Amino acid sequence: MISIQTDDFDAGAEYEALRGTGPGTGAIVTFSGLVRDSGDLSGVTGLFLEHYPGMTEQVIQGLIDEAGRRWDVQRARVIHRVGQLALADQIVFVGVCSAHRGDAFAACEFIMDALKTSAPFWKKEITREGEHWVEQKESDVARSRNWE
Amino acid sequence: MTEPTLTVRFFARLREELGTESLTLPASEHQTVADLLTHLASRGGAWAQLTGGQPVMVAINQSMAKPSSPVQPGDEVAFFPPVTGG
Repeated sequence: MISIQTDDFDAGAEYEALRGTGPGTGAIVTFSGLVRDSGDLSGVTGLFLEHYPGMTEQVIQGLIDEAGRRWDVQRARVIHRVGQLALADQIVFVGVCSAHRGDAFAACEFIMDALKTSAPFWKKEITREGEHWVEQKESDVARSRNWE
Repeated sequence: MTEPTLTVRFFARLREELGTESLTLPASEHQTVADLLTHLASRGGAWAQLTGGQPVMVAINQSMAKPSSPVQPGDEVAFFPPVTGG
């Protein structure tokens, strides 16, 4: 399931929902991404996140489907926030449950890495001095390419 | 009969720098994404960056596309900078 929302989310409740998938689940891996104080700029006080409604959900569904073809994925959950976010706010949640940890680790990391370079979201950093659209990182592109 | 059109959308830094969220253009003049970019860049000013070396990503009907991709009447073509979510 995929949610794109302005509201915050409860990572504990999402974990519990994954835990309720069924008796075949032996492993849950979750990732949360937060707003930190330095990115392209230092002294970041918040972010603005823009997305392309419709395409975003399609791209993420494609990544979940691909993860399901490559690994044993019993359930995958992706939440991504948009709009104005403050320092330390949660931005993104990816949770995967599987029979075994190897599949859960790999599928969660793949979805997150691929989301960063293919889902149409854009971050703008806000500092006391001004605003700056974040540039795509070569290191993120390399991480995503490693899954090809 | 109304002329067939394309919807062109811009996101993030491009949306801000072009001062434009979306445009409706006649479809018949543009065979490919590259033709459309050349046409838009010819407006000059900030529009010139569309063919000016900065990476611009394109989607047609919400699927990633390439400069050589054909555009059809009724398509939604979106241009945006490399994505930075997560």
